[in-house]
Amino acid sequence: MIVSKWLNRKNVFVLLGATLFYAVIQGSILTDILPPFYKLNLILICIYIILATSLNLINGITGQFSIGHAGFMAIGAYLSAIITAKLHGPLALGLLVGALVAAAVGFLVGLPTLRLKGDYLAIATLGVGEVVRIVFLNTEYVGGAAGFTLSSKITWSWSFWLMVLSIVVMHNLINSTHGRACISVRENEIAAEAMGINTTKYKVLAFTFGAFFAGLAGGIYANYMYIIQPMTFSFLKSFDILVMVVLGGLGSLTGSIFGAIFMTVISALLAGFPEWRMVITASLLVVMMVFRPIGLMGTKEFSLNFLGKKGERNVT
Amino acid sequence: MGHILQQFSQQAVNGLSLGSIYALIALGYTMVYGIVKLINFAHGDVMMVGAYLGWIVTTQLHWSFLPALFFAMVVSAILGMLIERIAYKPLRNASRIAALITAIGVSLFLEYGGMLLVTAQVRTYPPVFPETVYNVAGIMFKYGDVVMLVTSVVLMFLLQFTVQYTKVGKSMRAVSFDKDAALLMGVNVNNTISATFAIGSALAGAAGVLMGVYFNTIDPLMGIIPGLKAFVAAVLGGIGIIPGAMVGGLVLGLTEAFVSGLGASTWRDAVAFLILILVLIIKPTGLFGKNVREKV
Repeated sequence: MIVSKWLNRKNVFVLLGATLFYAVIQGSILTDILPPFYKLNLILICIYIILATSLNLINGITGQFSIGHAGFMAIGAYLSAIITAKLHGPLALGLLVGALVAAAVGFLVGLPTLRLKGDYLAIATLGVGEVVRIVFLNTEYVGGAAGFTLSSKITWSWSFWLMVLSIVVMHNLINSTHGRACISVRENEIAAEAMGINTTKYKVLAFTFGAFFAGLAGGIYANYMYIIQPMTFSFLKSFDILVMVVLGGLGSLTGSIFGAIFMTVISALLAGFPEWRMVITASLLVVMMVFRPIGLMGTKEFSLNFLGKKGERNVT
Repeated sequence: MGHILQQFSQQAVNGLSLGSIYALIALGYTMVYGIVKLINFAHGDVMMVGAYLGWIVTTQLHWSFLPALFFAMVVSAILGMLIERIAYKPLRNASRIAALITAIGVSLFLEYGGMLLVTAQVRTYPPVFPETVYNVAGIMFKYGDVVMLVTSVVLMFLLQFTVQYTKVGKSMRAVSFDKDAALLMGVNVNNTISATFAIGSALAGAAGVLMGVYFNTIDPLMGIIPGLKAFVAAVLGGIGIIPGAMVGGLVLGLTEAFVSGLGASTWRDAVAFLILILVLIIKPTGLFGKNVREKV
């Protein structure tokens, strides 16, 4: 029974919790209780959660090392902005096209570069991200360095439910056959290959999915922010996302979510002191690597298994 | 025809002076990679610190070029050693990715810590060289170009001499070849790694002063892009190989000069990264590298 399999106590609790949280925020937005600064940061948290969890798919679950995530975010942002602002298409179509094109680019880039390992892959992805940014910088159609203005169409509902949808898809992907194959690539690539796993296929798969969600997040960002500029998507943005993933723990979905929330809150609190924000981020990164290199959660997940029936172990 | 040749040679001169700076930075990258297998992302930022040190002593204390260069090199060397001891040494046996993330952290720390100290304001280097321009067969050599080329070449020769003929150089080569065997033979691995960081950072400091003199302006984020490009140069020549870094730096400088000369200067940075991606895909070990078979 599919329905009863999905309708266990845990999933119902999570869904109820999410709906309740959404309703409270939505209510306070509709009644104008919530200051705009809080709304901005809540939507940013949603965007960064999608970015961090999708980078976690590449860096944490599959054990590759990409530091060019902002490039895919830029592709999603610009493509969706072109659809919604230049061609006056619907928002959903813009987001979808942005994400699909980002995924296609991720696939094309991933095929050759994922043969590289470790440091080399890191630098190659950084290079790809920068090339993407420079291409947009030199394209007059999207405003070049000055940027691209568009109207803000994204609401709290859009960003929240797209985030929930992304997390559900990624969670199910990680716990599927494909996800397990990806984890085996992370644990030991040669052993995985010896067990008959097509390692290239799974690396490209993770990279493509990661790029898809980064593109989706970019689309949400572009359609919320009124203006997008190539400088926004420099590799400093990739580093920001990387810090969230590393802080939460490479390989932990809930860790990435926590990292994204934590770092966005820190940036919001230090909004007036951008230098201090970066100095604190950097020190945090170094101290973390020296004293707890696996991140706060390691590869563990925060789970609500204790809500399940006694004796029933949910495989998560 | 003569006109094109002249322009070509002019761009070659520009490319060589820019390339010699890239080569100086790339040497530090390549030496550190050769010995601890770590991409020292903070290397470009050490160059930035060097540029600021040179700026402080030339504007505030009115030192001339050579003492300023020397001062920047010494302080950068100390900074490099400190970075290694504080941030990288505890991670020597950790995963490569952990070390790489730490390097990114150190890099961000230097950039924004520097911004807190000296503010984000762009500073102007004083004119330390006369504005003399030599005209050789229609090709313009600025006095600064000549000094830069000469300084870089002298430093590279000094480095080559140090690595090949001194005791430190020999232990550096031994440690990069096989760390454990070198340890068993009585080489002090920790001091050798410190020395490598010191030499590499001194070269970066020198490159910083030259960069400031060449471009006139410095700011706390100036190290990022040249640092990445120097890394491209190191990979192009084969990372870990000292002559490779020199050749890679010069090739990259020339390529950029020609791309700018063709009127596509906004694409300059993209070209550097495209070279990187192509090299990594076609011959990841670089121009001078040997293929190493992966062992299980």
